[in-house]
Amino acid sequence: MSEIITGIGQAINLIVTFDPEVMHIAALSIYISLSATIIAALIAIPMGSLIHFHDFRGKRALIILIQTLYSVPTVVVGLVIYLLISRSGPLGFFGLLFTPSGMILGQTVLIIPIMMGLVISALSGIDRSISDTLVSLGATRLQEIVEIVKEARFAIMSAVVLGFGRAIAEVGVAMMIGGNIRDQTRVLTTAITLETGMGNFALSIALGIILLIVALIVVVALNLITASGMSEDVQKIAGGPHG
Amino acid sequence: MIRIERLKKAFGTKEVLGDITLTIKKGEIFTLIGPSGSGKTTLIRLIDLLDTLTSGAIIFDGIDTSAPEKGRLAIRRRMSMVFQKPAVLNTTVAENVAFGLKFRGVPEAEARGRVEKALDLVGLADLAGRRAVTLSGGEMQRVALARAMVTEPEVLLLDEPTANLDPVSSEMIEDLIVRINRKFGTTIVLSTHDMIQGQRLADRIGVIMGGRLVQVGSSAEIFYQPKGKEIARFVGIDPITGGRVIENTGGHALIRVGTTCFEALTDLPAGKRAALVIRPEEVSLFPADTAREKSSVRNQFTGRITRILPSGPFVRVSVDSGFILVALITRRSCTELGLAVGTHVIAGVKATAIHLIPDQE
Repeated sequence: MSEIITGIGQAINLIVTFDPEVMHIAALSIYISLSATIIAALIAIPMGSLIHFHDFRGKRALIILIQTLYSVPTVVVGLVIYLLISRSGPLGFFGLLFTPSGMILGQTVLIIPIMMGLVISALSGIDRSISDTLVSLGATRLQEIVEIVKEARFAIMSAVVLGFGRAIAEVGVAMMIGGNIRDQTRVLTTAITLETGMGNFALSIALGIILLIVALIVVVALNLITASGMSEDVQKIAGGPHG
Repeated sequence: MIRIERLKKAFGTKEVLGDITLTIKKGEIFTLIGPSGSGKTTLIRLIDLLDTLTSGAIIFDGIDTSAPEKGRLAIRRRMSMVFQKPAVLNTTVAENVAFGLKFRGVPEAEARGRVEKALDLVGLADLAGRRAVTLSGGEMQRVALARAMVTEPEVLLLDEPTANLDPVSSEMIEDLIVRINRKFGTTIVLSTHDMIQGQRLADRIGVIMGGRLVQVGSSAEIFYQPKGKEIARFVGIDPITGGRVIENTGGHALIRVGTTCFEALTDLPAGKRAALVIRPEEVSLFPADTAREKSSVRNQFTGRITRILPSGPFVRVSVDSGFILVALITRRSCTELGLAVGTHVIAGVKATAIHLIPDQE
């Protein structure tokens, strides 16, 4: 119990004193996970829309596959990406192993399925009568898709927020691809693992609290974006002109 | 304006519309009536080119609509549709109304003015800034109407526009429909299961039953001269069956039903089986002791009242004279005549008020 109280005290101390190492770790966490979230969203929203708005053989099976991948263990993604980008792997020449870029790649791969799956269900949640209405009002296929994506904006934003949550909270990919190298690839989750292993429970708790605060800030920011200019953004992502 | 030729529509193996041929004239209000599930919505959706037909053709203003999607879009943009359950998008009322203009690339400044006018037309100018999803059902339907009218369509399609509304909102929507037709000359096709509404609004009525267009005509024709027993029942008349024409001299016929003889005007020759269609409001009732000769009414039958059913300011009185005749009279006459179940009365029908349908059975 005393460790928790000490940990909270230490967290406050680390935050108010802007401890350089902790700040660096937190900043790197945000940088990597947010980058992965943005890249994944840029892929998952159009791809999810493409799957939702087209009928093809095996669509149902594809959606089940995507949903299965929601629960893929982070270490499995870490392993696969490791094998791909290690020096002897097919993408070895990029030199991504043990770099933040490699971690972004890994987290992107990790969260694409959940984002894409939730984008598909967000779009399925829009009533058929909405698309009938749009078509009868003279919308082209593209105009119809853009308006439906806009109509689903709140649910789509939840998909993005959930993707970010999975990215910033995971430790498997960050550890295996990043390697937890001090000042280079150490992020909040890998730092917590390390400090706990070394018995520095108070510091671990402090880092855990900072992780939650970071998540809070990002989620609030994303929600503010949704509330204001989200519709324009989605439109750009969906690739459609206004009229 | 719209010509429909031998149209068929099947979903999988289930045929929902069969062999429909119909012409809708420019500037008229055409009402499709029929029971729920008879195919009205399917037909309206086909006219709006939302679905594709299985066979046959829809010709819009001389253009065959079986064109590729690009051509269909151009035709669709000359029409507007209001659905039974209005769907509004999660934006403001004004933005909802503006969609059609936005899709057609109308400049924003011009669109704003037109949206204002359209909202004014339906009496919702004050709600332009409201979020559309917070409106009541009646208001949403008016938004849907404004949204449909803002593009100045040549044809306005309405699928049961008042089915989910309270009487006050329904009346408002009906008034708007008539005003739009008179003011802009918009051709209107409206479906309803409410035959009285069809009668109120329509220049012409088409009756759809079981996926077939069974009769097209003026409201007087549909309501007073239904072509079949099913149609008669749908427009509120229970036909008297089992009749046979026993004599016909120059259109003036005698029809025997059981032991009773009716006089009626018909072209059916002697020997033909016939069902008699008599509108309840054409049946008058007299006290049983009235001298028959006093009345000019040719068909008079003594009978016993079996049922009295209130119907708004009227009552429906069923009289059993070997067959059931239903009379629609005012509450006041009912009281003045002292009618009750069991009372004997004379029911009278003029020969001109009886419509005969050939009967197969």
